Amino acid sequence: MAEQTKVGKVIGLNGNMVTASFETSVMQNEVAYICVDGTRLKSEVIRVRGDEADIQVYEMTGGIRVGDKVEFSGEQLSVSLGPGLLTQVYNGLQNPLPQVAEEAGFFLQRGLYMEPLDREAEWDFTPWVEVDDEVQAGDAIGYVPEGIFKHKIMVPFDWRGRWRVTSIAEAGKYCIDNTMAKVSNGREEREVTMVQDWPIRKPISAYKRKHLPHDPLVTQQRIIDTFFPVAKGGTFCTPGPFGAGKTVMQHALSQHSEVDVVLVAACGERAGEVVEIIREFPELNDPRTGQSLMDRTIIICNTSSMPVAAREASVYTSVTISEYFRQMGLNVLMLADSTSRWAQALREVSGRLEEIPGEEAFPAYLESLIAAFYERAGLVELKSGEMGSVTIGGAVSPAGGNFEEPVTQATLKVVGAFLGLSRERANARRYPAIDPLGSWSKYTPLVEAEQVEKARDVLQRGNDIGQMMTVVGEEGTTIGDYVVYLKGEFLDSVYLQQNTFDEVDCATSQERQQYCFNKIVDVLDADLEFSDKEEARNYFGELRQKFVDWNYAAWDSEEFKKTEQEIDEVLQRKKSA
Amino acid sequence: MRKVYHKITQISGSVITVEAEDIPYGTLAEVTSGEEQDTSLGQVIRLNGKEVSIQVFAGSRGVATNSKVRFLGRPMEVSTSENLMGRIFTGSGYPRDDGPAVQDDMVGIAGPSVNPSRRIIPNKMIRTGIPMIDVFNSLVESQKLPIFSVPGEPYNQVLARIAMQAEVDTILIGGIGLKYDDYLFFRNTLEQHGALSKAIMFVHTAADPTVEGLSVPDLALAVAESYAVNGKRVLVLLTDMTNYCDALKEVAITMEQIPSNRGYPGDLYTQLAQRYEKAVDFEGSGSITTLAVTTMPGDDVTHPVPDNTGYITEGQFYLRNGRIEPFGSLSRLKQQVNADTREDHRAIMDTMIRLYASCRESEEKQAMGFRMSPWDEKVLKYGKLFEQRMMDLRVNIPLEEALDLGWKTLAECFEKHETGIKTDLLNKFWPDNT
Repeated sequence: MAEQTKVGKVIGLNGNMVTASFETSVMQNEVAYICVDGTRLKSEVIRVRGDEADIQVYEMTGGIRVGDKVEFSGEQLSVSLGPGLLTQVYNGLQNPLPQVAEEAGFFLQRGLYMEPLDREAEWDFTPWVEVDDEVQAGDAIGYVPEGIFKHKIMVPFDWRGRWRVTSIAEAGKYCIDNTMAKVSNGREEREVTMVQDWPIRKPISAYKRKHLPHDPLVTQQRIIDTFFPVAKGGTFCTPGPFGAGKTVMQHALSQHSEVDVVLVAACGERAGEVVEIIREFPELNDPRTGQSLMDRTIIICNTSSMPVAAREASVYTSVTISEYFRQMGLNVLMLADSTSRWAQALREVSGRLEEIPGEEAFPAYLESLIAAFYERAGLVELKSGEMGSVTIGGAVSPAGGNFEEPVTQATLKVVGAFLGLSRERANARRYPAIDPLGSWSKYTPLVEAEQVEKARDVLQRGNDIGQMMTVVGEEGTTIGDYVVYLKGEFLDSVYLQQNTFDEVDCATSQERQQYCFNKIVDVLDADLEFSDKEEARNYFGELRQKFVDWNYAAWDSEEFKKTEQEIDEVLQRKKSA
Repeated sequence: MRKVYHKITQISGSVITVEAEDIPYGTLAEVTSGEEQDTSLGQVIRLNGKEVSIQVFAGSRGVATNSKVRFLGRPMEVSTSENLMGRIFTGSGYPRDDGPAVQDDMVGIAGPSVNPSRRIIPNKMIRTGIPMIDVFNSLVESQKLPIFSVPGEPYNQVLARIAMQAEVDTILIGGIGLKYDDYLFFRNTLEQHGALSKAIMFVHTAADPTVEGLSVPDLALAVAESYAVNGKRVLVLLTDMTNYCDALKEVAITMEQIPSNRGYPGDLYTQLAQRYEKAVDFEGSGSITTLAVTTMPGDDVTHPVPDNTGYITEGQFYLRNGRIEPFGSLSRLKQQVNADTREDHRAIMDTMIRLYASCRESEEKQAMGFRMSPWDEKVLKYGKLFEQRMMDLRVNIPLEEALDLGWKTLAECFEKHETGIKTDLLNKFWPDNT
């Protein structure tokens, strides 16, 4: 094997796309560096034709000349996986942004690549295997404590066959590059350290089998958990026009979801939104663990003004890190905001390659890429028998808020739940603005499915009647219909709507949802008779006020019980009448 | 002496191709055509072997196959000197007024992005004296906001008013495809109100070559960035970004790029974002706040330009019938500042808008010929006052005065309990004598 670096020369440049000639061989998706004025710019081979390679550059390309040297690394674009990932803020290529800032100040600096993991930090290692034990790819040989859980040190995922442990480090403090174990398969001996590299475009498959997602992922958002649930290992998408509250919802999900690790992939969106997470999460406590929310969070941040090619890579970087934590038997939630920006990055690259375009100039392979990306979610049974999951939630930003566009449509084909945000609901300040009539989910809700059906039926009929009323007026509506309309509005305002800025209402536990939803169904089921519309309106007004108060009362508090009693009285009054 | 190239192999639209070697990407070039030494700047936008494609800012009219091309060996730069204050430049950075060229402290334009981990959560309000902004959708330092407007609305007048009244250190005005009259309007208005001395203008008029307009935002923002790093609070006003996008479209089509939506290039979002995202609050130093006019062709917010803009910016102001529309207009950052202004700020903001929404409903009922209830009469009266006292763009009062006026208006039209405001606020602020 030739160990010296393979080199080539720049022969053309268009935007962030370099065409280079090469001498020996290149590999598709190989990392290359363009050497310009003493700086090496990271880039990736994305097409080879004859003895010319098209290379997308992950940096600004100003100053590159024809004839500049290109170094090919011989490796695919990879991320480093090991202790120290949690709480970090990376760009799309796993360049740690706080460390870059220490070096370069306010602005990003081209060609400055810092170590993604702290190579000098010491970790407290405890071995789990002994000499002569048999291990295979993905098996844990020990662990180091990180944040709230045990970070497993695993045999690299791409080592084939069975290996025998020939030595194992004793318990103690080690750096990530120290040899923790040596293993042999009879033909060769290899060293296992705490860190391994994995190419981001390749799914990690060191598990026994995939399972059908069944357990609900509790997001503590009522409209999601009760009406359009998400499962651990499932996928969902949240398309919506600007201003419909996509990002606020993604924040709520990253904050309140009951999972072990959350990856926030800020892909081509506003930097200000990530800043809120970076600055606020360390201050917030995760009620489940009592630790800071940041302890379970990793941020991959490639915002809209950062180089577009790295944006394309950022979703893969995120999902690869998610899979890594899944391999430890953890439940991981990955939120990508927004997959449309990723698709646009693909479109830009495709355009520069002068490929024949598909719809709206997106490349023809857009659908298969989106499908392959969401397929990396899943509930898996690891070789150890433990279960781990990656759940992917992608925000979609359709042009003009019109869902009939390629990215939304391609996404809808592959996800398990569709939480469509609507501008009408957002304008009416009905948050979260998930459209309760158009959205759907294939997963099992927290509450009885039959009751959910019933509630949706009331919503649908109430909506129909409401529409009719805009034409015929209140006078032209029967009292029976009017009550159905009021019931629909009631359900909407006290259950579907949730105030994410309120301390109590922002998160509703599974237990509370089940309890309160029963009470709501009681109201929807009740056969209520009124003498006139005025009375009906007043009655539901009173009921709504009480339920809203109830939502704002802490679970199981005195106030909660007191308000419940009042609600029961109001209900009883009408029923007995 | 720089080498002169004169083998031009292709001239198409505003792009010419010349044979040259060892040219850095993005560098500036001087293209001299004709005998009258007609020189224009251009920028290298594509390299392919020996072929160097140059986008000529003045367009390719009059360029001959043997015109002379000199490469300057540097990308486009702009001076960031203090001497820029009060000056007016073209889209190529040349003086448009009668002053001398400024060439100290040159920096490259379109520099790198701010590191997100060094950004801070915005927390300082910019007062403008316009109630529809200060009270209802407060402008926050480091915010980027477009003014969505139909052509024909007085958007430049609004910008000029904000430029005169906003409490900032420096104002940068970037005009893209600006009508010459509008340019004169800006200049004269600022001059009359003595605001020209703290302003710097980069103006590309509709008569100038289209491509030249493309550098205007970058020039203005590069200067703003340099000033902000040095502790200045800078307000950047851009008008009209739809012209900017149309220029992008024009260039993309001549470069034979595949259009994505209504002819606009696929990277429209990225191009806009790279400029809007320059808005920032530097911790311990100055800030950049951007207001940009985006005219909506056909009042259609789903048109690619306003649509992509809305996904990037932190809210939007809708300008309709000469007023900032209370519905649809949104400052996403107002929550960061309006809790600390005065305790009744949020209550007044919510209540007045809610009641104005009721007024609109009653107006609809009235238009359909339904009978007006006493409540309808009340909100109709309120709506008129609201439009006069708050929405009219001529109103120029500080926030506190506007809040007081809000209470006064409410008290003239409603009983206390009809407003739905919390009792303790009512007791404190409700005017007694009405």
